[in-house]
Amino acid sequence: MENSALNIVVLVKYVPDTQFDRHLTGENHLLDRSESILSEMDEYALEAALVLSDARGGAKAGNNVTALTLGPAAAAAAVKKSLQIGATAGLHISDDALAGSDASATSLALAAAIRTLGPVDLVITGMASTDGETSIVPAQLAARLGLPQVTFASSLEVEGTTVTARRDGDDVSEEIQATLPALVSVTDQANEPRYPNFKGILAAKKKKVTTLSLAEIGVPADAVGLAGSKTTVTAAAERPARTAGVIITDSGDAGIQLVDFLAAQKLI
Amino acid sequence: MSAIVVFIDQVDAPGKLHAIHHQLLTLARGAGEPVAVVAGAVSAELAAELGAYGVTRVLASEQAELGEFLVAPKADLVAQAAAAVSASAVLVDNGAQGKEIAARVGVALDAGVITDAVALTYDGGALVAHKSVLAGSYTVQARATSAVAVISVKSHSVEASLAEQAGAPAVEVITVAFAPASLGARVTKRTPRAASGRPELEDARIVVAGGRGVDGDFGPVEELADVLGAAVGASRAAADAGWISHAAQVGQTGKKVSPQLYISVGISGAIQQKAGMQTSKLIVAVNKDSDSPIFEIADFGIVGDLFKVLPQAVEEIKRRRA
Ligand SMILES: Cc1cc2nc3c(=O)[nH]c(=O)nc-3n(C[C@H](O)[C@H](O)[C@H](O)COP(=O)(O)OP(=O)(O)OC[C@H]3O[C@@H](n4cnc5c(N)ncnc54)[C@H](O)[C@@H]3O)c2cc1C
Ligand SMILES: Nc1ncnc2c1ncn2[C@@H]1O[C@H](COP(=O)(O)O)[C@@H](O)[C@H]1O
Repeated sequence: MENSALNIVVLVKYVPDTQFDRHLTGENHLLDRSESILSEMDEYALEAALVLSDARGGAKAGNNVTALTLGPAAAAAAVKKSLQIGATAGLHISDDALAGSDASATSLALAAAIRTLGPVDLVITGMASTDGETSIVPAQLAARLGLPQVTFASSLEVEGTTVTARRDGDDVSEEIQATLPALVSVTDQANEPRYPNFKGILAAKKKKVTTLSLAEIGVPADAVGLAGSKTTVTAAAERPARTAGVIITDSGDAGIQLVDFLAAQKLI
Repeated sequence: MSAIVVFIDQVDAPGKLHAIHHQLLTLARGAGEPVAVVAGAVSAELAAELGAYGVTRVLASEQAELGEFLVAPKADLVAQAAAAVSASAVLVDNGAQGKEIAARVGVALDAGVITDAVALTYDGGALVAHKSVLAGSYTVQARATSAVAVISVKSHSVEASLAEQAGAPAVEVITVAFAPASLGARVTKRTPRAASGRPELEDARIVVAGGRGVDGDFGPVEELADVLGAAVGASRAAADAGWISHAAQVGQTGKKVSPQLYISVGISGAIQQKAGMQTSKLIVAVNKDSDSPIFEIADFGIVGDLFKVLPQAVEEIKRRRA
């Protein structure tokens, strides 16, 4: 079957680096987003898009991979990194009124942003963000955009207009088929993300990033942010950091000491 | 009293309720009038079991689409049933499918969605969900500000209990109007996984997890798990190597567990692994490298060779029990 060029949108979230301590701040318990990066789970979404584009001749053959982020001014860094890795264009939705948006407000604004891009063949997202970790934005986006929902794909193929994915659950592994246009979320089993190389970093400088405000995507300010969110965090408590306990080096009886420990804790 | 909808999936495994359903029904009974929304058939036994947990109304659909397509038709069912009974809350299990049903019901009902609840309480009539966020570094309380609250709840959020008086719920058949796009992602093949016979990772009181250090041999990990009645977990490196199913993976992209005891064996303790296990009550680590980051969070750490330490512990447990 004929594999024509694809117009793909990849969702890339700008999230606090999980390697560092992360903090909730202020009376609304919002996440401090200062030390942030492109969510590592979204690298798999970008890779999935690039694999499909490459197989069809890439940008030269008319394939588009637009990296879309919604977040503060600094979130442009997530788009920039995506362009360096290989996305062809960037779209950044940025507006002060977005601060504090929950998943439903986020998916509302992301759906409006995607509609500004005209007909799209595929929307590809990560399986979960490394901050919110809800995995609900992809399902909500599919619902809002009226697209088939092909989520938690651990493998993805597109032949002609047919999308085939595998979804590995606890009890069953499912094969899913849908027809383009569709929304797909991919897991970290789907592929091996590539790194930006020198050529990619140079090329990224010439790629176009569009920044749009809420007004420009036609979303009222009170439909998003703290005002438009339908959930609220009323209390937050930091868990005391775990500390190291007793560390022993095996000198022949560590297995027995382990059993002593379990017995003392009444676990055997 | 307002209706609290509990979603019960009978499409894949018909005939009985799971422990999580007992827990959700117990929570719903505490918050209002529990209404079971069932995808699939409601046998007499199932209706009786629902009645025993205090369910007064059951809305059920056996439409074939519920099993033929991924997630979306089930979400249509739950949203339309919740609207029909004017529910104030919808409770679903916190599996991948449950969370996605919650997500879509939230869109359909213009309702706030909260996932990963580990407990539910009430405050002035509102349901408050308690959850752990940022890989266990915070616990937060969240609530929906919308007319309906949609919450996905983890296992063991409550001790399940039977209603004081068992009821005989009426089963109403509901005909769902599926949105066209809901019938867009067809399930073309189902391959069931072989059951291990061990406890489920998320339900287990003890988890023994192996990493790259087991070097292809999960035997010592499984033997320790079996004498402790524990579930077997794994790092991504071990699952990626094909030594064990990815369903056993613990971490950021695997299961999030908080057992009484987590025994980490031959796992270095990368941030993505910790994200799935650092809320465990007690952590024991066995690793031959004393610089492994896992030792920074272990309550009891053994610097040693797992192939010596584990079999010795297994023998010792058997000896003490004999
Ligand atoms: C997006 C993303 C998501 C990820 N999600 C997850 C996830 O969900 N879960 C997860 O676990 N990882 C995840 N990872 C991978 C993670 O970063 C680590 O690579 C992984 O956890 C390492 O597994 P390991 O500790 O088994 O292997 P290694 O880091 O190689 O550690 C093996 C350990 O075994 C010890 N060892 C070797 N031989 C012995 C012996 N005979 N006796 C005792 N000890 C021995 C070594 O000292 C070493 O510490 C993710 C990574 C990314 C990028
Ligand atoms: N603000 C955002 N900007 C871009 N993509 C997002 C945003 N929020 C969520 N996503 C996408 O949705 C996926 C799941 O996010 P979540 O539902 O928050 O776990 C992420 O992996 C992203 O691909």
